[in-house]
Parts: sequence; structure tokens; C-alpha cells
Amino acid sequence: MNHSPSKLNAAPEPAGSAHANRKSDPLECIVIGGSAGGIEALLKILPALPPQFPLPILVVVHLPPEGRSLLPEIFGPRCHLAVKEAEDKEPIRGGVVYFAAPNYHLLIEADRTVAISSDEPVLYSRPSIDVLFESAADVFGSGLLAIVLTGANNDGAAGAKTVSASGGQVWVQHPEQAEASMMPKSVLDTCPQARPLALADMAHEIQTAAGSR
Amino acid sequence: MRSPSAKTEEIELQLLLQALYQRYHYDFREYSMASVKRRLTQALVHFKCPSISALQEKLLHEPSILSELVGYLTVQVSEMFRDPSYFLALREKVVPHLKTYPSLKVWVAGCSAGEELYSLAILFREEGLESRTIFYATDINTDALKKAEAGIYEVDRIPLFTENHRKAGGKSSLSDYYTAAYGRAVFDKTLRERAVFSDHSLVSDSVFAEVHLVSCRNVMIYFNRELQDRAIGLFGSSLVRRGFLGVGLKESLRFSDHAAAFDEFDREQRIYQRKSDR
Repeated sequence: MNHSPSKLNAAPEPAGSAHANRKSDPLECIVIGGSAGGIEALLKILPALPPQFPLPILVVVHLPPEGRSLLPEIFGPRCHLAVKEAEDKEPIRGGVVYFAAPNYHLLIEADRTVAISSDEPVLYSRPSIDVLFESAADVFGSGLLAIVLTGANNDGAAGAKTVSASGGQVWVQHPEQAEASMMPKSVLDTCPQARPLALADMAHEIQTAAGSR
Repeated sequence: MRSPSAKTEEIELQLLLQALYQRYHYDFREYSMASVKRRLTQALVHFKCPSISALQEKLLHEPSILSELVGYLTVQVSEMFRDPSYFLALREKVVPHLKTYPSLKVWVAGCSAGEELYSLAILFREEGLESRTIFYATDINTDALKKAEAGIYEVDRIPLFTENHRKAGGKSSLSDYYTAAYGRAVFDKTLRERAVFSDHSLVSDSVFAEVHLVSCRNVMIYFNRELQDRAIGLFGSSLVRRGFLGVGLKESLRFSDHAAAFDEFDREQRIYQRKSDR
């Protein structure tokens, strides 16, 4: 093999556009946040994803802090993908949907394992969408797609901004079609480049973005 | 692909933790970095530092900020009787075993501001075990230890504590144990008469007593797997045979090298029992 050292051939990145041309970077991970009406919205997305869907999906839904989360039980039988509660230190694998445990924040470590924390709630929420988005942005940068669904608060807005600043993509459920519009609206405020999508198109668009169709 | 700034920050973070260790012997190098980073982001705002490197410089040259920074890195927000089902299981399943010992030692590891210590002290009093028990309450955060020793909590947290206590099978009224004044609830100091508060690190310190029950909840989620393992080994060495270890509801010994030294005593409530032989 006689490759020339690629460093010498690489064109220098233009200043200030570190992420501008990364639209084509392959997606590596999807994070989704939802609050009021979020379960119904997710039921229109997750079950529509095919068994060969290649990426990990991490989901925060605001729920009462007490008791066991029933989300894996609700979604497991309806999805082609494996669905589970994210467990401390487990490696994040493609084709698996991970739900945040109730009353714990969900984060991602640089080595792509799950971290959980019982730090105080952020914007009254634990798990917090912002906490997940910000740590995922750190790890996946331009390989991240963050999606904010319906909700009656502004969790996710700060996180979406970080995702976008790190080169990742942000989508929101179209506020006019959301059961509670405040959450997707707040994201569009902090992150104007976020792409509003109809819920009905979301699963299809996710597959396209993930290169699985 | 990670952004260049995320890569830079990771380097800055490693350097800061190295500085904290070499200069002050606080070792956070094996903590969960995702959480440490989040907490440091809050510390940056507080210390008005534009970057982690800037905070590192401040830390090295202004030792006075050390305890405040350690406070940020170890902040723990707990509740009295947090996860009432855990305390109910202790009461109904573990206490009958503990009653067979003439004297008892209990270690609350990572006690933070003491919520769990007072919960156990109240539970032990209700179950008639208090007079034969010594409680060790340890943490690396000395400010938190002082708070634990003081036993004073914001009065607006009391309704939650009261509800938790009731769900945990409380046999008395929580209001029997505190006096409320000026927005604060001051807990009965006789609850801590049998408690020893001490600065102890699960990272670097060793076994200091033989105990019958270790309660260490939502502490090890902040450790990486190697450090978790060290802590679990320490608990195993500290426990008497057939002694109990309670961890957080989302923590587990499953992946630990020391898992074989324990039986699952109550799987759902994450209570383990040290095996009698090893």
C-alpha cells in the first residue's frame, strides 16, 4: 500500500465553519424528548421503525418520579426494535431503544456507555431532556439527531441549542400539531434551524436520515 | 463526529482532575465523567470562569476555593426515606435478622447531608434497635458532614419526608422527631447521639470497622466500573458474615468482581447479603 499521508493532502477547514459542511456526516445516535402527550407521539414513531434500524435511540419522557417505569412494557411488544430501560454503565448499542429510568437523569459517557445520575431536577424534571441532549451532543457531535416532541414546558430547548452548536441536527414535532406546543416552540426559539416535522412523517424521515432506507 | 470543542474540554477536564489530585489529594479521576462534566459546568458559572482551564488555574493558586469546588463535585440531593419501598424492606425483612445481634454497627457510606442517616436512626428507634447500634456516617465532603451533624433541613422538604416515612411503614409521626422554626426543621439531637461522623473516601480509604449493615445509595452511580468495584470490595470486607448491603434502586452488584461474595436478599429493593463463607 502506498497511500500518501492524508494530513498533508487534507484541505484546511475554513475558520468558523467547523460544522458547516458536516451535514453529510453519518448519523450515529438519536435522542428524543417528550412530555405531555409524549407517549402517544412516540407510539406513532418507534413502532414504525424496522427491525434492521441501525442506530441507538435514547428517550426521555417526563413521568411521575415514583415507581417503576412501564415504558419498556408499553413499547416492547409494539416495536420491532429491542426496548429497555437504560441501565447504569451498559454499552449503547445500535437498534435498541433506551428509556430513561424514572427519577434519574440519563447521560452518555465518552466511551458510549450509559451513565445515570440523581443530581437535582433541571427545570423541575428528572430525567431531564436537556441533560440527555447536552451529554449526547458532547459524545456524538455532528453524528447526533435530537428530536423534541410535544410538551408543556421548555425542557429540551437549551439541550437542542447545544446539539446544534456541536454540529448535530435538531427536529421538532410541528408545534401546531403537538398536543402541547410549548416544548417544540421553545426549541424553535432557542434553535431556529430546528426542522419542524409532522408526526406522521417522523418515522419515515428518521429512517432516511439514518440511511436505513 | 465529536466537535473539536468537546475534545478540548475532555482534555481540560482530565487536567483539572489531575491538578485536584496532585495538589489536594481529592481523587475524582475514576468518577463518571459525564456527571463530573455537568457539575463542573455549574461550577464554572459560579466561579465565573470562562473555561475548565481557567478554573484549573484558579484552583491551583487559590486553595480557598477547594472546599466549594469539592462541594460542586459531590453535591447530593437526597430525601429522608427516599424510595420508601427500600426502607420498608429493611424494616420488614432485614430488621428481624439484625434483632438477633446484641450490638450493631451501621455504615451510611456517602451520607451527604444526613437524610439517610436520620431515616435509619428513626427506623431503628421505631424497631427498638437504636440503643444497641452505632452509626458511622461518612462522606468526603466535609461541608456536607457538618450539615449531617447539624440535622437541619428546609421546612418545605418536610411534607415529602413525612409522606416517605409513612410509606416506609413508619410507626410514629415524623413530627415527633423535629421542631420547626424560622422555615427550618431541626431534628432531635438524640437521633445522632449514637452516630459517628467522619471524613472517609471510598476511592482511597480502607475498612475501618466491622459492620452489620452498609447503606450506600446513589453514590456508586457516580463512579466508573473499576471504582464501583473497589467500593463493593470495601463493603464486602467491612461486613460481618451474613451482613447486609443496600444500594440504590438503579445500582447493582451484577457486573462486579465481588458479586459472588453476596446473595441477592431482596432483588427489587437492591438489598444484598454477604455470604457466610469465602
